[in-house]
Amino acid sequence: MLVERRSKETLNALFFFALLLLFVFQFAVGPDRERLAGTLPGLLWLGFILSGLLGLGRTFVVERENDCWEGLLLAPGDKSAIYVGKLAGNVLLMLVVEVLLIVLFTIFFDIDLSPAIPTLAIVVVLGTIGLASVGTLFAAMTAGVRARELLFPVLLLPVQVPVLLAAVKATEAGLAGEPLAAYAHWLQLLAAADVIYLVAGVLTFEFILEP
Amino acid sequence: MTSEPRIRVTALRKTFGSHRVLDGLDVDVREGEAVALLGANGAGKTTLLKILATLVRPTSGTAIVAGHDCAKDAERVRHEIGLIAHASYVYEDLTALENLRFWTTLAGLRPSAAALASALGSVELDRAADERVRTFSAGMKRRLSLARFVLARPQVLLLDEPFAGLDQRAKKWLEEHLASFKARGGAILMATHSFGRELAVADRIAILAGGAIALDTPRGALSADDVQRLYGLHTEDAP
Repeated sequence: MLVERRSKETLNALFFFALLLLFVFQFAVGPDRERLAGTLPGLLWLGFILSGLLGLGRTFVVERENDCWEGLLLAPGDKSAIYVGKLAGNVLLMLVVEVLLIVLFTIFFDIDLSPAIPTLAIVVVLGTIGLASVGTLFAAMTAGVRARELLFPVLLLPVQVPVLLAAVKATEAGLAGEPLAAYAHWLQLLAAADVIYLVAGVLTFEFILEP
Repeated sequence: MTSEPRIRVTALRKTFGSHRVLDGLDVDVREGEAVALLGANGAGKTTLLKILATLVRPTSGTAIVAGHDCAKDAERVRHEIGLIAHASYVYEDLTALENLRFWTTLAGLRPSAAALASALGSVELDRAADERVRTFSAGMKRRLSLARFVLARPQVLLLDEPFAGLDQRAKKWLEEHLASFKARGGAILMATHSFGRELAVADRIAILAGGAIALDTPRGALSADDVQRLYGLHTEDAP
């Protein structure tokens, strides 16, 4: 995170990418409020996943650019610490971009999301942990592969179907003002996926790093 | 000297597809001993070092470092080795102190601020401790790599062209540092192309050709010319 804080390479790129996405969405949806209400949850998560793919794909770029990848492999001790550290960095970075996206959405589409903020906060945090836990793992898997930019989303997106499905559905219900009980099962699915992905990441990361 | 070598490589083979790089290689390095490994480009010097550093798995044979098998007990081997390869393994946007703190913490050490400062002082980087590595020369980066091993105190150093890209002062410093590492009982295996003063630290010279050790001889009183002549005799890389 210190390297990213100093270089701001990923954050700057993601910010401009998010801005571009919003322009495209604005043109695609137009001024129709009803149409916007129906597509907003999907658009939000499309923005999150696209910017997330960019950010997650760069998880180990700093190691490649600094020739530190072998250094990580050689470090004695529990390799899951590397995974947890990288995951924490990714979650933090994604949350910053997602909050920025939500703020920009409210400005670009002139909508008031304040009543749904508590629900949105829970769904975004749970969804981001799910995306980042698998994304960090797959970023390590593809770090040494030549076609990693292609392989990474191809591997990641199918695994993320439960997270995306639950996140979009819970966001939709939350924005529609439905009571928590109506979409609690989606939140449970999100939480369960997070736990499974996190545990799988911690347990398998060491084997992924081994030559 | 103890009877058990710090590095023991027996009948080591490594193939990449149909290309056989190492073919039944045997070599030992004992406590307090440095072996210089000479060989043409592609002879397998770096592959051997990477196997010993647990970065590459051998096809067959055994590589034992500090009593641990590199293929079966890689984690224990990593506690005992220091690798200085072509890359210095430093983050350019971090300072020297931050780099040292990061790598030693990752290795499970918890050095105090005083220990970190002392390690940087021992590699003559104390004045540059708070400077970003981006501004460092190749020699300074190499010294920063070595600072990690001052704290981790490995039993074995694996060096791949350690003197490459260093100026005369940095070479002298590294030579002295390696001599003191040997004096503390450490074992060094050093791959090099050099026949000059860089060999001064070596107790033995091993020439790698055809995937195996073609010559393993005490350096003794061999001059640079003698080494060059022997190298020409055993490799197709005659000067």
